[in-house]
Amino acid sequence: MHAIETQGLSKDYPVGFWKKKLRLALKPLDLQVRVGETFGFLGPNGAGKTTTLKLLMGIIFPTKGTARILGRDYRDPEIKRKIGFLPEQPYFYDYLSATELLDYYGELSGVSSEVRKQRVPELLARVGLSDVGSKQLRKFSKGMLQRVGIAQAIIHDPEVLFLDEPMSGLDPLGRHEIRELIQGLKDAGKTIFFSTHILSDAEALCDRVAIIHKGDLRGIGVVNDLRSTVAGKSEVIWEGAHAAVMARDLLTDMHITGETVRGTVQSSDLDRFLEKLRHQHARLISVTPLRGTLEDYFLSKTKEEEPVSS
Amino acid sequence: MTSRLSAITLNTFREAVRDRVLYNLIVFALLLVASAPLFGQISIGLERLILINVGLSSISLFGVIIAILVGIGLVAKEIDKKTLYTILSRPVRRWEFIVGKYFGLLLTLIVNTAFMTLGLYAALLVTAHHLNKADLLLLVAIYCIVLQFMIMVAMTLLFSSFSTPIFSAIFAFALFVIGTFGEDMRNFAAMSTGVTRWLATGAAYLIPNFASLNLISRVAHDQPVDGSVILFNTLYALLYSAALTAGAVLVFERRNLK
Repeated sequence: MHAIETQGLSKDYPVGFWKKKLRLALKPLDLQVRVGETFGFLGPNGAGKTTTLKLLMGIIFPTKGTARILGRDYRDPEIKRKIGFLPEQPYFYDYLSATELLDYYGELSGVSSEVRKQRVPELLARVGLSDVGSKQLRKFSKGMLQRVGIAQAIIHDPEVLFLDEPMSGLDPLGRHEIRELIQGLKDAGKTIFFSTHILSDAEALCDRVAIIHKGDLRGIGVVNDLRSTVAGKSEVIWEGAHAAVMARDLLTDMHITGETVRGTVQSSDLDRFLEKLRHQHARLISVTPLRGTLEDYFLSKTKEEEPVSS
Repeated sequence: MTSRLSAITLNTFREAVRDRVLYNLIVFALLLVASAPLFGQISIGLERLILINVGLSSISLFGVIIAILVGIGLVAKEIDKKTLYTILSRPVRRWEFIVGKYFGLLLTLIVNTAFMTLGLYAALLVTAHHLNKADLLLLVAIYCIVLQFMIMVAMTLLFSSFSTPIFSAIFAFALFVIGTFGEDMRNFAAMSTGVTRWLATGAAYLIPNFASLNLISRVAHDQPVDGSVILFNTLYALLYSAALTAGAVLVFERRNLK
């Protein structure tokens, strides 16, 4: 059983005055997320990340396809007892205090009043808001609201968490705090599905990631595997500045210090480049393969041309 | 289910209670009731009649204004501010959300009406220095005003489930005005012939008949109200508001929330 499984889940919106044209928001999506996994859903703005999350939460309806969460149909209201959701840039009832909000959401999620009395202060302490629990949310900063957002998503101790851009718009300190909270949930064995366009967050937290672009799933896999699939580069250091002129066309980057030259070469061009150095009688010092980054993979996938539909 | 419904109801009530606009309206309405004895001094011997007319009309009108102003935002605001996202991602059915909102606003109006009723009785006491049995008849008119609110809340909720707040307010207020003259529409239908008669009769039965629910003039003149009138009014308001709320649920169940 997968924690999350989508089968051909797609969404298009009718547009134009007569609503006869269709704007594709999500192409048929087949995705599986394992239980206990932290899964990053990456893509640039407008890629279809939020659409996917809204579909899974039942906020919008799919044009085609279906999804299962923990083996049950995603529309089953009972499955929603086991999931928590943090929307992108969340806005909460600002006339409520943090304590009232968590109590309200706990009640809606079926948490008994005895458990809520105990869990609400515990959660406020966990997200570092104990001293402002009775303050109205309209007085909260963005970072504080995001922490309330995490707290409301876990008030009912769900098994699967959906977080939409949880670090977006936060300062470095706020991002660090939220990252720590997510890491804590990951350590507690929760399945976490989070969308982001901040690749360093995904690289730090995720077991696997998927890249989505223009509503199309472009790649999926373990972070380390994906990095290694990116056509890597090698750093070459040699002595003999005159050789750099002859082989410049194969270099993507070059720094000259006296007679020592440090250059970057595509791995596919490495043999040809070394041959040129030998011809110029340059003295080779080192060749170091550079590790591909998630960013390289992300950029390679988002720059790929869309397949031409027949 | 009942726990979720009551949670949404109480939260809707709490939102209205913490909204300053509501207090402004209530203070204005209470001032109007309190000033009613001054109107009465214009016509000697008519203080009580004018006080009751102005008082009950204020309760009705301000209740309707609150129903429209708060009601039009009940669903639209939740969609606009995306607070609905964190509600619908929980085991809350869409119909529970709509029905909870309905009861929440109705509860707000009932509490508001209770306070204004106390104000009206206080004004009567100040004017006449005592209350008599006939004054109890006011409660019947106030009960029917609450029945009006039941329909108004359901109507604004229906409009709010598919339209923008401004259009919802226009539609709801227009229907309130048309419904207040519901008896005239029925009379027009009775006098018409042919297709006009059919159309006018259909429209007269389709629009909410607020005229039948308005007993202000009758109780102001101490005319007794038959028990069957209260019973039929209750049944009418229950069925009409249930149908409108069901319509709101049907629309909302199918709606993609952007």
